[in-house]
Amino acid sequence: MNPKTRPVAVVGGNRIPFARSNSAYSKASNQDMLTAALDGLVDRCSLDGERLGEVVGGAVLKHSRDRDLTRESVLGTRLAPETPAYDVQQACGTGLEAAILVANKIALGQIDAGIACGTDTTSDAPIGLNEDLRELLLDANRERSTGGKLKQLARLRPGHVVPAIPRNEEPRTGMSMGEHCALMAAEWGIGRDEQDELAALSHHNLAAAYERGFNADLVTPYLGLERDQNLRPDSTVEKLAKLGPVFGGPDGTMTAANSTPLSDGASAVLLASEEWAAERGLPVLATFAEGQTAAVDHVHKREGLLMAPAYAVARMLDRAGLTLQDFDLYEIHEAFAAQVLCTLRAWEDPVFCRERLGRDEPLGSIDRDKLNVNGGSLAAGHPFAATGGRIVAGLAKALQERGGGRGLISVCAAGGQGVVAILEAPGDGATAKKTTKGGKR
Amino acid sequence: MSDRYSQIVNSLPGRLIAGRVGLPQPTPLERHRPGAPVLAGRALLGAAPGGRLAGPLAKALADAGVETATVDADELRSAAADAGLDAAIFNAGAGGEQRFKALVFDATGIADSTQLVELQRFFHPTVRRLERCGRVVVLGTPPAACSGARERTAQRALEGFTRSLAKEVGRGATVQLVHVAPKAEGELASTLRFLLSPRSAYVSGQVVEIGPPVVKKAPAVDWERPLAGKRALVTGASRGIGAAIAETLRRDGADLVLLDVPALASDLAAVAKALDAETIELDITEEGAPAAIAERLSDGVDVVVHNAGVTRDRTIAKMPEERWSTLMEINLSSEERIDDALLEAGLLRANGRIVCVSSMSGIAGNSGQTNYATSKAGVIGMVEALAGDLAKRGATINAVAPGFIETQMTGQMPIAIREAGRRMNSMSQGGLPVDVAETIAWFASPASTGVNGNVVRVCGQSLLGA
Ligand SMILES: NC(=O)c1ccc[n+]([C@@H]2O[C@H](COP(=O)([O-])OP(=O)(O)OC[C@H]3O[C@@H](n4cnc5c(N)ncnc54)[C@H](O)[C@@H]3O)[C@@H](O)[C@H]2O)c1
Repeated sequence: MNPKTRPVAVVGGNRIPFARSNSAYSKASNQDMLTAALDGLVDRCSLDGERLGEVVGGAVLKHSRDRDLTRESVLGTRLAPETPAYDVQQACGTGLEAAILVANKIALGQIDAGIACGTDTTSDAPIGLNEDLRELLLDANRERSTGGKLKQLARLRPGHVVPAIPRNEEPRTGMSMGEHCALMAAEWGIGRDEQDELAALSHHNLAAAYERGFNADLVTPYLGLERDQNLRPDSTVEKLAKLGPVFGGPDGTMTAANSTPLSDGASAVLLASEEWAAERGLPVLATFAEGQTAAVDHVHKREGLLMAPAYAVARMLDRAGLTLQDFDLYEIHEAFAAQVLCTLRAWEDPVFCRERLGRDEPLGSIDRDKLNVNGGSLAAGHPFAATGGRIVAGLAKALQERGGGRGLISVCAAGGQGVVAILEAPGDGATAKKTTKGGKR
Repeated sequence: MSDRYSQIVNSLPGRLIAGRVGLPQPTPLERHRPGAPVLAGRALLGAAPGGRLAGPLAKALADAGVETATVDADELRSAAADAGLDAAIFNAGAGGEQRFKALVFDATGIADSTQLVELQRFFHPTVRRLERCGRVVVLGTPPAACSGARERTAQRALEGFTRSLAKEVGRGATVQLVHVAPKAEGELASTLRFLLSPRSAYVSGQVVEIGPPVVKKAPAVDWERPLAGKRALVTGASRGIGAAIAETLRRDGADLVLLDVPALASDLAAVAKALDAETIELDITEEGAPAAIAERLSDGVDVVVHNAGVTRDRTIAKMPEERWSTLMEINLSSEERIDDALLEAGLLRANGRIVCVSSMSGIAGNSGQTNYATSKAGVIGMVEALAGDLAKRGATINAVAPGFIETQMTGQMPIAIREAGRRMNSMSQGGLPVDVAETIAWFASPASTGVNGNVVRVCGQSLLGA
């Protein structure tokens, strides 16, 4: 076994614009979208015919026919068909977990380059047979004679035709993720205004990123969409304040605007050893420095369903010997504005840090000007497994753009899980310093 | 056990009628059940900036296993963390259906009348979130212990707030002001537990004083049986409030010596049998009574409860001397003699307790009760007079002052007077003997080392003599 590890470069990324559910991509399957995202990356990084070490990806809402979704997608791209692939699934953490897996193999020298990717559609969602119907059909199938089969099928009743549509429900609590987040918002005393402010800022930042061409080499148009469909550049706190609550009862604070909408899309990000990138004249945007997962017991210990990233980041910081303030950029996935705000408040909070994280001092606060600077999921949308790829590629580029620095990624996931990571870019952030000192670029 | 009025008014037709004719509809009060938590719900902890009790309060709440939220103030959050209190944040603007069983507010930071607005800021958005039979505890500094005139004025003002809030909260909720003297910050536990729990069901609108501990090292107590291994004397124990006191002290683990007049020997024996207690059949006014009691307690005693008492009502114009004197002998003079005898013989053990039973009449006065009220005001005087001396001996003396308590005595009152007595308080109902007993058990607890010289009314915040 290789005793040494080596740095892992984030070389490039590509995604298709994210669409709102049952809209632009209503007829596109997960495989269609993932293939498109991968092919865009092949174009961008000149990977035509290239045999990569591995492609790792997944989807949260998956059809049973998509058994090997990633491998099947790879076969449809211009990558060499000899490129192996496998699927992973860790709810909304899928995309980032895929990147950690690829990065780890590269770090160990098992592969030189690989793609982490993810896709999700809430429009072309898998619909299951109603459980009674499924049993009945299986019973009929087990009968040998036609008569026996007919006898079983005679049990068919109108109720059997009601399909089982996947529900956005936590299996062990029966509550939706939004309801869980509303509990967290109440526990952490998160107000409506701060949530709406975060949502409006997300739209402004994403709109500004598109305006200055930041996404030009990150997003490839697809099925008539050039930008994320959910983006509302003219969104204001005043407009958002008019919306009624959708979670947390009549005096809840969570609305359709400060919660992510159901969306469709796919993303991919290319990771490689620095040598592999250099040989092909590809840039090293950033290195994939750390990855960490954590989970909480939201079932019995009443911890907030989406609080796991708060734990994961604390553990990762300890391992890396860093403080929460040692970052130039922060990417906290905006599943709900309240989730981001709860996480930030938890890190600042002496009670949480002492009682739950076992630390003498709180992790402290972050400079909010460094948070989700190019927009987040509230503006872009959140096709579950595609979010990790969007964030890794976007943060790597943002770090390179500012002339180096360190970035933190935090993604919350269903089932009380969290996936977090650190990216680092060589350089001292000179461009960023110049910008702040010298004004316009 | 609830009285007939409550039963009728709380029945559906009764509720309708009572609502129409404007009769108060009493909320059935929650009372302590063995094994129940201190607080059956969540507490919210708030503080005026600059207070000195955030830490001790957080610790007391954490030790009592009370699930607590705090307002989002750094000082308070840090104190909570230090105390190991895993507190949620409360922000009134955050919405959600947040309800609290208790609101606890540290007002010791209020050093000027202009800062009293902190009371409004904390209670305005939270008081409607108080659950049925909820608890409000405001903590301040004893005015006499304040350093400047402004602070003293502001701290004295707190009493007006808590007494008024006690009349506003309704639905069986209670409100108290606790004065915590400097150096008494570590003495909160037993008092906070009592005031938050259903044990204080019928205590409201009171001011409790907590002073520095009377013993150097407060003993660790088992909160389920704080009196385990302790010996307690209860006078007048064959019935009514005395029997309830005996039961409650026994529940808390005490070994009992129960006293009553020889005429009630069989009643006393029945109570004693159920509680595994010793008995003394004795009229406390008898010549040799103090010596006889000292003799029976020659091994020492931890808790002495002076409960025996009588009424001999007559207006002073119609009051013969004999009627005055018998009562005074029973209710006051004999108690003084018994205390003297026990103290002189050194029989009150270390961390000992004397608990007296005064009366609302002793505070407010009552027509036809000049003798009774004099004796019961005298009991208060006895508490005040002996507190300092007992503190030096490492012991405490306190009194309860019951208001209208449902007993045989009150059951024999004429109905109009009885109904008036029952309803003229913030709870719109009479108390139960156990409410007096629970208050006595709090005084008697070995953990109540900072509670000395208090007179606490168990009266549902009666309108009389407030
Ligand atoms: N019931 C109320 O509403 C109320 C209100 C305020 C104060 N209190 C006080 O509470 C205490 C108990 O009252 P209660 O309502 O249970 O009355 P109660 O009459 O039912 O009980 C008093 C007990 O004291 C005993 N006693 C009387 N004289 C005695 C003597 N000389 N020696 C020994 N024992 C003697 C009696 O035998 C009786 O058992 C009394 O001090 C009373 O003044 C009662």
